[in-house]
Amino acid sequence: MTVPSFVQIRRPDREPKKTIELQIDGKAVKVPEGTTILTACRTLGIEIPTLCYLETLRPVNVCRVCMVEVEGSRVLVPSCSRQVEAGMVVRTGNDRVNHTRKMVLEMLASSVDLSTTPGMDELLEEYDCKPERYGPPAPPAAAGVRDAAVCGHHTPPNPDFAATVAQPPMVDNDLYIRDYAKCVLCYKCVEACGVDHQNTFAIAVAGRGFDARISTELAVELPDSACVYCGNCIAVCPTGALMAKREFDMRSDGSWDEEKQKATDTICPYCGVGCTLTLHVQGNEIVKATSPLDNGVTLGNLCIKGRFGWRFVQRNAES
Amino acid sequence: MDIRLLGAEPSAEEKSAIDEILGAPVSAWDGGERGSMRDAHTAEFGGHSTREQRHMLLPALQALQSRVGFITEGGLDYVCARLGVPPAEAWGVATFYAMLATSPRPRRVVHVCDDIACRAKGAVKLCAALEARVGPPISHEPEGDHVPLDRDKAAWMHSPCLGLCDVAPAALMVEAGETVMERSIGGANIERLYALLTEIKVPGADGANKPHILRSPQIVSGGLLQRVGKVDPTSLAAYRAAGGYAALAKAMDMGAEGVIREVTESKLVGRGGAAFPTGRKWEAVRTQKAQPHYLVCNADESEPGTFKDRVLLTEDPFAIVEAMTIAAFATGSEHGFFYVRAEYPLAFERMNGAIEQARAAGLLGENILGRGMKFDIEMRRGAGAYICGEETALFESIEGKRGEPRNKPPFPVSHGLFGKPTAENNVETFANILSIILDGGAAFAKVGTPQSTGTRLFCLSGTVRRPGVYEVPFGTSLRALIDMAGGVPEGRTLNAVLLGGAAGGFIRADEIDIKLTHEDTRASGTTLGSGVVVLFDETVDLRDAVLRIAAFFRDESCGQCVPCRVGTVRQEEALHRIASGKTRGGVSAELALLNELGDAMKDGSICGLGQTAYSAVESAIKRLGLYSEAGSAHA
Ligand SMILES: Cc1cc2nc3c(=O)[nH]c(=O)nc-3n(C[C@H](O)[C@H](O)[C@H](O)COP(=O)(O)O)c2cc1C
Ligand code: SF4
Ligand code: SF4
Ligand code: SF4
Ligand code: FES
Ligand code: FES
Repeated sequence: MTVPSFVQIRRPDREPKKTIELQIDGKAVKVPEGTTILTACRTLGIEIPTLCYLETLRPVNVCRVCMVEVEGSRVLVPSCSRQVEAGMVVRTGNDRVNHTRKMVLEMLASSVDLSTTPGMDELLEEYDCKPERYGPPAPPAAAGVRDAAVCGHHTPPNPDFAATVAQPPMVDNDLYIRDYAKCVLCYKCVEACGVDHQNTFAIAVAGRGFDARISTELAVELPDSACVYCGNCIAVCPTGALMAKREFDMRSDGSWDEEKQKATDTICPYCGVGCTLTLHVQGNEIVKATSPLDNGVTLGNLCIKGRFGWRFVQRNAES
Repeated sequence: MDIRLLGAEPSAEEKSAIDEILGAPVSAWDGGERGSMRDAHTAEFGGHSTREQRHMLLPALQALQSRVGFITEGGLDYVCARLGVPPAEAWGVATFYAMLATSPRPRRVVHVCDDIACRAKGAVKLCAALEARVGPPISHEPEGDHVPLDRDKAAWMHSPCLGLCDVAPAALMVEAGETVMERSIGGANIERLYALLTEIKVPGADGANKPHILRSPQIVSGGLLQRVGKVDPTSLAAYRAAGGYAALAKAMDMGAEGVIREVTESKLVGRGGAAFPTGRKWEAVRTQKAQPHYLVCNADESEPGTFKDRVLLTEDPFAIVEAMTIAAFATGSEHGFFYVRAEYPLAFERMNGAIEQARAAGLLGENILGRGMKFDIEMRRGAGAYICGEETALFESIEGKRGEPRNKPPFPVSHGLFGKPTAENNVETFANILSIILDGGAAFAKVGTPQSTGTRLFCLSGTVRRPGVYEVPFGTSLRALIDMAGGVPEGRTLNAVLLGGAAGGFIRADEIDIKLTHEDTRASGTTLGSGVVVLFDETVDLRDAVLRIAAFFRDESCGQCVPCRVGTVRQEEALHRIASGKTRGGVSAELALLNELGDAMKDGSICGLGQTAYSAVESAIKRLGLYSEAGSAHA
């Protein structure tokens, strides 16, 4: 999928851009000024893994999976946000780069449940990650404990276990669930709920260090928060930590089967905006609704109706 | 912005504390009464004007904390209404800072330091004794804790370095109320702490801020400590009588470019840890087209073992105000911020007093020295976060956000505070400016070595006979510095020295002939950092010190990037497995793992915290050999 970058979608650039010449893995490449190293790499067909990057969001460069080496830089640089400069010499796959990527992936895999992160198994294998070498995962925290953590005063580690962010999923409404045991803290949901898309600001990062977590104010349940259930956070979550309730339930009872699903694009029937809807159908049931990221109208976003309001179709079919 | 609040009402106490900081609300749009005349003009009072106040979020939360002792639901809601900040974001900010409590707490809390320097002076035993006497401290999981329900009782908690290492073991008492009471406690003992936790009466001053100061005999006149202990730090008249403000007048005669020329010629580099050339920084800001320019003084001083800035601020605050004014003149800044860590109440008070007196005397404000220069300084207090000393995290903190460092580039000289060109310097860096202006850059550069010019303040603590701040010219040997402080106590032997703080590294006792310069320390793979020199004799368990440093980084990581957020946890776990004898595959396998983690943290982290989180651990492994067979004898 080629998706225009966020900046290009939002601020069409009428002025012709200067061309920047740089070198990536020994190959010369010319790209327009303002291009990120990641995009420049993609034009050469060089694949770089990303987690916190998304074409429709401003880069936050926090996951550090996409690191590359830039000659002259003391440390590695995040390719997803760093813009190209004339004469830059970039290396994307040497031992130093691969080591950092491997360690970052291992750190995540040993502390977060990545079982529903698409493509993660392959990535862990590619980088030869051994998350089990940090020890058996610690037992999950009881509900609410991580949300109440006193900042800057962690309990000393238990040498028998590796600390994790495991805790029970939060199921506090009928539309979607938050399973923060699967959260890699990529900030995408916060960005989507905030200035990048929804401007509702229902969630933010709270706490510090390993206690950092996505939270509503005072960790209140979603129905008491400012959330308007647009589900735009679900759309950007890379790990399945945020999941529509229907999908969560089907996964829980083992009936969720993507192989058997068919995705059909249509136009949302509710209002005049005319958002493109992708309906995911399994066994004659609409099990999920999304919108394509590269859709110029939605950038992947919908409102509560488009995202969740299709149960009536089922009801008609049932009756 | 249309924000949704929780609908919790603030108490009268909470409301008045917040109104004192923000002024009374003018309309229902910012939390006032509905139906006031001004509500008709929503555009003026609703959106933009409230949004521009976001930088008041931390001061407003602090006001609430100082009055009530924790961030209450009603208080948070009211702050959000007043400032137009979404409650989830305000919660994100409140939960970021260790000195803001987000669950109910007694009004009085005693923070007992158990960091490296205090540990060397018995802090672990002290905490154990305290626990036996009054019960456990407030810790990570508030529920299972012993938090007295009676809010008029007191509670205690552990604390990272309080910047009082010269008077270790140290503590800080904070009591919320009508006027918040804050006391720094030096030479803490069980009786003193017990009294603070059980007696209601106001404890007296503790002399904790009486610093031990010594200048090296080579510094005949001048120097950074020349007024300390001699000139009344609370009197502008005394400061002027001692020659104060001559430098500002001279700087104005020289012009901005002239000032920067001298600073560049002096070869002054920053004293905050990164050793960046100050002249180059100022020139880069001066020549930026974007306006306005900002000037920021970094007094966050939270690097464990560092307390030199505290001494400058409490004993010679006018010098910092004058130097900031000169810097503002040179960089074309009309607005300055002074950001001091929460744990320095006296430094805050002294600087506040100095700024007020300077303003009243026309040395800050619209027309400084009657020469048309405009500049003023706004005070900000941190709230318990080491990371806010990192320059870009400090900007975020001032802007009312979580103190999360920004990715660089762009650099602060072009995109700093509020996205504008910003000159940000350490307190000690500013302190050097006065003599550079008065005596000239060339004279300054004659002191020290060609590459490390001038003098440097060192903070001596740990098992040293005379802990304190020592000023020596660059190039002095560490041995000479240690001798000035009397070395380790009689009959004991020096085992190791921690140079540069938790972000620095250990060196062996046989390495103390090293010259204290940037080039010599760099060449031998260590750092001067923020001027920390902690001595450890054989009475100190070095492995325990390493564990404390690892715990520090885990606690202080902002949590933004994976290598640091998880890497500091995995590092601490590996060290604990070694300590408990429960290694995964033996000590050498754990050391290899630590090295792998360290490399990733160094290469992959966003900021200096993650990048240096392995430094001290690495030096303990590789330099001290602390975990080799021979090294085990140390433990
Ligand atoms: C984690 C971290 C903490 C820091 N803490 C401080 C501090 O407390 N005070 C300080 O002046 N600089 C601190 N620094 C360095 C600042 O980022 C910055 O380099 C310095 O203040 C620049 O001023 P200078 O050029 O005068 O040294 C810290 C850096 C890091 C990475
Ligand atoms: S559903 Fe929409 S409003 Fe609710 S948290 Fe997600 S992005 Fe924000
Ligand atoms: S919930 Fe999902 S989108 Fe949000 S930070 Fe966690 S992993 Fe990222
Ligand atoms: S290195 Fe640590 S402190 Fe710095 S940005 Fe990353 S998580 Fe935050
Ligand atoms: S994808 Fe670049 S840092 Fe996350
Ligand atoms: S005050 Fe305790 S270590 Fe600095």
